[in-house]
Amino acid sequence: MASPAVPLFSMDGVSKRYGGVKALEKANLTVEAAQIHAILGENGAGKSTLIKIMSGVVAPDEGRMLLDGREIQFASPAAANQAGIVCIFQELSLVPDLSVADNICISNPPKRFGLIDRRAQRRIAEEALARAGAQDIHPMAPVKDLPLSRRQMVEIAKALARNPRVLILDEATSALTAADVAKVFVVLKRLRAEGLALLYISHRMHEIAELADQCTVFRNGRNVATYRAGTKSDDEVVELMIGREYSHVFPPKQALAPSAKPPVLEVRHLSWLDRLKDISLSVRAGEVVGLGGLDGQGQRELLLALFGVLRGVSGEILIDGERASVSSPSAAKAKKIGMALIPEDRKTEGLMLPMSVSVNLSFAALDRISSGGIVDRAKERQLIDEMIELLAIRTAGTDIPVGSLSGGNQQKVVIAKWLMVKPRIILLNDPTRGIDVGTKAEIYQLLRKLAATGAAIIFYSTDYDELIGCCDRVLVLYDGAVKRVLVGDEITERALISSALNMSAQSEGADMASATSA
Amino acid sequence: MKDWRYRLSEHRGTLLAFVFFILMFVIYASNHPAGFTANVVQTAANKGVLLALVAVAQTFVVLTAGIDLSVGMVFVLTNCLASAIVVGSPAMVGLGIVGVLLTGLICGAINGAIVIYGRLQPIVTTIATGAVYFGIALAMRPVPGGDVDSDLSDALTGRLFGVLPVSLIALFVVVLVIWVPFRRSAIGRATYAVGSSEVAAYMSGVPVQAAKFFAYVLSGLIASMAGLFLTFITASGEASAANGGSYTLYSIAAVVLGGVSLFGGSGSAIGAIFGALMFRTIGDLLFVFDLDPLWQPLFQGVVLLAAVCLGSVRLFQIRNRLDLFE
Repeated sequence: MASPAVPLFSMDGVSKRYGGVKALEKANLTVEAAQIHAILGENGAGKSTLIKIMSGVVAPDEGRMLLDGREIQFASPAAANQAGIVCIFQELSLVPDLSVADNICISNPPKRFGLIDRRAQRRIAEEALARAGAQDIHPMAPVKDLPLSRRQMVEIAKALARNPRVLILDEATSALTAADVAKVFVVLKRLRAEGLALLYISHRMHEIAELADQCTVFRNGRNVATYRAGTKSDDEVVELMIGREYSHVFPPKQALAPSAKPPVLEVRHLSWLDRLKDISLSVRAGEVVGLGGLDGQGQRELLLALFGVLRGVSGEILIDGERASVSSPSAAKAKKIGMALIPEDRKTEGLMLPMSVSVNLSFAALDRISSGGIVDRAKERQLIDEMIELLAIRTAGTDIPVGSLSGGNQQKVVIAKWLMVKPRIILLNDPTRGIDVGTKAEIYQLLRKLAATGAAIIFYSTDYDELIGCCDRVLVLYDGAVKRVLVGDEITERALISSALNMSAQSEGADMASATSA
Repeated sequence: MKDWRYRLSEHRGTLLAFVFFILMFVIYASNHPAGFTANVVQTAANKGVLLALVAVAQTFVVLTAGIDLSVGMVFVLTNCLASAIVVGSPAMVGLGIVGVLLTGLICGAINGAIVIYGRLQPIVTTIATGAVYFGIALAMRPVPGGDVDSDLSDALTGRLFGVLPVSLIALFVVVLVIWVPFRRSAIGRATYAVGSSEVAAYMSGVPVQAAKFFAYVLSGLIASMAGLFLTFITASGEASAANGGSYTLYSIAAVVLGGVSLFGGSGSAIGAIFGALMFRTIGDLLFVFDLDPLWQPLFQGVVLLAAVCLGSVRLFQIRNRLDLFE
């Protein structure tokens, strides 16, 4: 592929500071038409700032951007869209109360006599959905009624409806089911063939390996390397990203000593609506049990059911061999049960973003650090300091809003908040989604450490590597039921994927195949 | 095939308000001592249209996830103004009407400018500006008085062909000329988007500030139409704090009864109109059933609570407690 004299888009010496923090430092980037260009880097490496500058959300402090060799400046996301740079954000940009079609045409609806032409709008929406491979979504459905993975598909359709020349995908596949990812990949490859430049940001190495032509690695706000895809091994790439020797990500698993004690948590015949079907499992002290399977097969609901969030759950829950009723999260976290749930979405379920780090840390444990309804400040202080040290939370102080920390550190605060309760049973709902490699490794270490001190852990992850590296046992869920239990060496990527897809349904396999070959 | 179901669920609140209003009105009219006559309808319409207009004004702001506690005061202020300037030669009357509407528009624009560019909360802003608007009204009309063009007032509060109340036609025209185009315009869409999720709207390149500002301006304009209409009915102006306060609160009740979400982003002014008419009919029902008028606020409150509860019935079906907080 001969590269043209003038690249489609380039960025030259762009810097951006937030207060004293340098988010981007003289960054350079060249994006060619008809290529998929992957951007790699830890959180805080400058990737999101780069995207925000490109898509007109923030203005750079210095440096310039060129489109077709002409200098450009964007005052707003709308201006960037107009120039042909469209971003699919990690945080969804859909308006919940409007319909799918309204959302797809939101910034530039087709008009007739000055009013919105609904028929034309519907046609545009149907075309865009078809282009994104999501014909199953009804254009009149309100976005708020769609599940997360469908919304993400609408988001992609919305971007395509704007006829972009440069399309930026920021972790756009993180909320998708495997079948959708396959469809999206087909779409992205077609767009590349149509001559679009695609900027692809993802933490999933295998996705990058499948898609990218070029890769650029960012570290500490600078672009440290650009190379043709496939010319570096995963280990080399990870080394570039974290800037240090990359040895053992996953701590060694410890063999569990046989014990006569009943399991800390045992579940018998748990069912809920049609989403959970007769699930039985048990977790002993010191054990890490993984939940696998395709996304959206009831893993989230299972954790919520255990934590007392769902109503109308049937079946038995036994704690230390005794029947227990967990009727609400506050009952679940009470000393007798000692359960903690690290939620999926730290921004809405885990943290109060505008409030301080210390308030967030002590919220779940308030009853343990107070007497007679009055918070013991000294005790609180001491526990908070312990937690910040234990998890190595990087923060400029405990009084700053938790929302100002990086994603990885926010996630650490969520985990620390629950560790302050001193839980015996820890449920984790995909705790490493969208956080950097370094923090991930720290979380794996922590899980093992907690298990070693006698905690019983249930760990749901959408990343198969994590299940392989962290878990003693993995329950693979399909359509709300446990389809297979993998123990020890049985936990391999092949086993996980085949049991996630194979079990049932031929239709699921056929679906994937047709999506890939389409 | 499925299209109609999506349409139905989109307009459910409006349709429910419509059905309940019709039910109530039939009960009212059939028990009225004078029976279901043009006269009964006309009186009910004139009273109902006032609140309906103020409720429409409120709807615009509520759609942006705001609330306007000054609508009642704009209503009172423009009433006082109209009682002073909508008199004299036809040209003077015409100019007076323009002046009244312009005043409402400016009041709305001031609210909008403070909320959007001053970044203050709508509730605080409109309490403050409402007090200012009322102060001006009081300075203008320390005691009730004034006049209005009687030909125009007779025409607008009377009946067409002896049956149709003109006030209802006027309301219909307002809906047709302002609401319908708004609902289908890009800026109207933007208003809904802002109310539903301001961040998502901004990230989608929607003109967030313009949409909000426009909603406040329209709110002020419609509130002034209500003030003008009050002047046609009473042929005088009065800086009544009670009126201003009760219309503000009732407009919020009407909006809720009409299925407009106080969280913004969903609902329709047409629903709010039926909500307003329903709210008025509740009061009238007491009259025909010969109950002491003292019971009226209590009864209205109970009905409002019942309506809100009805809207929350679906919460009992929720099996995932996290959905309760959405």
